[in-house]
Amino acid sequence: MAALSPPEDFGWTPDQPLIRLVDVRKSFGAIEVLKGVSLDVAKGEAICIIGPSGSGKSTLIRCINALVPIDSGTIRVEGQEVNDPDLDKLALRRKVGMVFQQYNLFPHRTALDNIMMAPLHVLKQDRREVEARARALMAKVRLAGKEKAYPGELSGGQQQRVAIARALAMRPDVMLFDEVTAALDPETVKEVLLTIRELAEEGMTCILVTHEMGFAREVADHIYFTDAGVIVEHGPPASFFDDPRDPRTQAFLGQIL
Amino acid sequence: MLMETVARWFLDLYETTGINLTIVYDAYDRQRFLSGLGMTIYLAVVCILISIAIGAVGAWAQGSPLRVVRGLVNGFVVIFRNTPPLVQIFFFYFGLGQILPRIEDADGMRVPILTNVQWAIVSLSLFAGAFNVEIFRSGLEAVPRTTTEAAQALGYTRLGVYRHVLLPLALRICLPALNNNLVNLLKTTTLAYAIAVPETLYVSKQIWTDSQNVPVMMIVLLIVYTLLVGILVFIMHRWEKALAIPGYGQGSGR
Ligand SMILES: Nc1ncnc2c1ncn2[C@@H]1O[C@H](COP(=O)(O)OP(=O)(O)OP(=O)(O)O)[C@@H](O)[C@H]1O
Ligand SMILES: [Mg+2]
Repeated sequence: MAALSPPEDFGWTPDQPLIRLVDVRKSFGAIEVLKGVSLDVAKGEAICIIGPSGSGKSTLIRCINALVPIDSGTIRVEGQEVNDPDLDKLALRRKVGMVFQQYNLFPHRTALDNIMMAPLHVLKQDRREVEARARALMAKVRLAGKEKAYPGELSGGQQQRVAIARALAMRPDVMLFDEVTAALDPETVKEVLLTIRELAEEGMTCILVTHEMGFAREVADHIYFTDAGVIVEHGPPASFFDDPRDPRTQAFLGQIL
Repeated sequence: MLMETVARWFLDLYETTGINLTIVYDAYDRQRFLSGLGMTIYLAVVCILISIAIGAVGAWAQGSPLRVVRGLVNGFVVIFRNTPPLVQIFFFYFGLGQILPRIEDADGMRVPILTNVQWAIVSLSLFAGAFNVEIFRSGLEAVPRTTTEAAQALGYTRLGVYRHVLLPLALRICLPALNNNLVNLLKTTTLAYAIAVPETLYVSKQIWTDSQNVPVMMIVLLIVYTLLVGILVFIMHRWEKALAIPGYGQGSGR
């Protein structure tokens, strides 16, 4: 029922990485925050990015949906070059969903409206179909019955699950999560992590920045450790956590675990 | 019947006390006064609506990526905020009105492009609009940057973010300030007197000149404007209530 044309085909095939970053560099003023980051994410994969505060994790994932323009290198999402002056941001952003640490719901609209807004306004989809999808998503994030609640009437964990549903309503091919449990109390962290884990298990491609090491270990197919703007070490969770090679990784894990 | 009884009573009032309310017992003065009141309400409503639109569009243009656009809006705000509204009205009516070419009306007469009423609307709307730009901007600045980012991440364009997210939130934040400015605008409509727009003050002057009842008409004017502003404030408060969001800002009084 989408009123827009189907997304443009950039010659991407599912055997290629869904997301490919090559030598991405980014400076804010004189400070180089990303100093040549490269990574691949395959379709259906969940990767976790961990690292100390200020190491550039948020900047890295915000580059992927062009919230932050990069200085050099390439980022491709399903073959679409993000670092292109003529980038079709809508085409990119309908493929890439994002969830923020502070939820960032629209406080003047109900939970259901928050989920429906972008499909209606941005994708110009049919209202009835969007509403049915939004209600299904509310149920999926275990918030059936809260459709009419405003964000200010929901707990942090509930707001964050609405935010996840809001991103999913655009039917993205990849989801970016930036420390989405960092602002929550320990009880509500669980509900949100459960929702994300179900998504990953259903085959949604996920890029997660997290400080929840237990969760990263269970959910991630691959872990990346960043420090001072570079990827210091990466590998599958088992070898990464049990047998870290780089002294910086060892020091970081030693502090946290 | 009733009208006549009332009129007679006020005529008696004049004869016994000297309180001369011609606008009640004299049909001609009553009609003049009511049409003046109607003109004031018309000016106020039209200028309020246009000035709100100017505020909303101007505040959006202030965030334009184009320097020229931002510069133009800022220039507009500075000029209209820093000059007296009466000078602005004279500028438009006597200055601009003289320079602009005349057009032919239906009878083949050469008439000015805009009438004095239209110039008053233009002038007062721009005057209040300049303040509204600043008011809306203060509202926009209070919306967290991250809310905008969330909308961008969902694919909203700059205009889409403004229309669906920023403006509704900014409006709620800046309503009290907007309220003040619109009250001011309503009172400033009396300046249209200076270019002979037949609004309440202008017709009152005609009435007190004819009837020699200056003090009485002054009191009538004070009461009329107190009531008009009261009504406006009442409407604005109703609007504020209607826009309140449960769990957010003032709406979160739980
Ligand atoms: N918009 C910006 N302007 C200037 N500097 C910025 C901006 N965004 C980030 N930085 C700087 O870039 C560096 C990396 O920031 P980033 O938010 O990516 O780190 P992070 O790894 O996500 O940290 P945290 O774990 O605390 O969230 C920091 O030094 C930060 O101050
Ligand atoms: Mg961060």
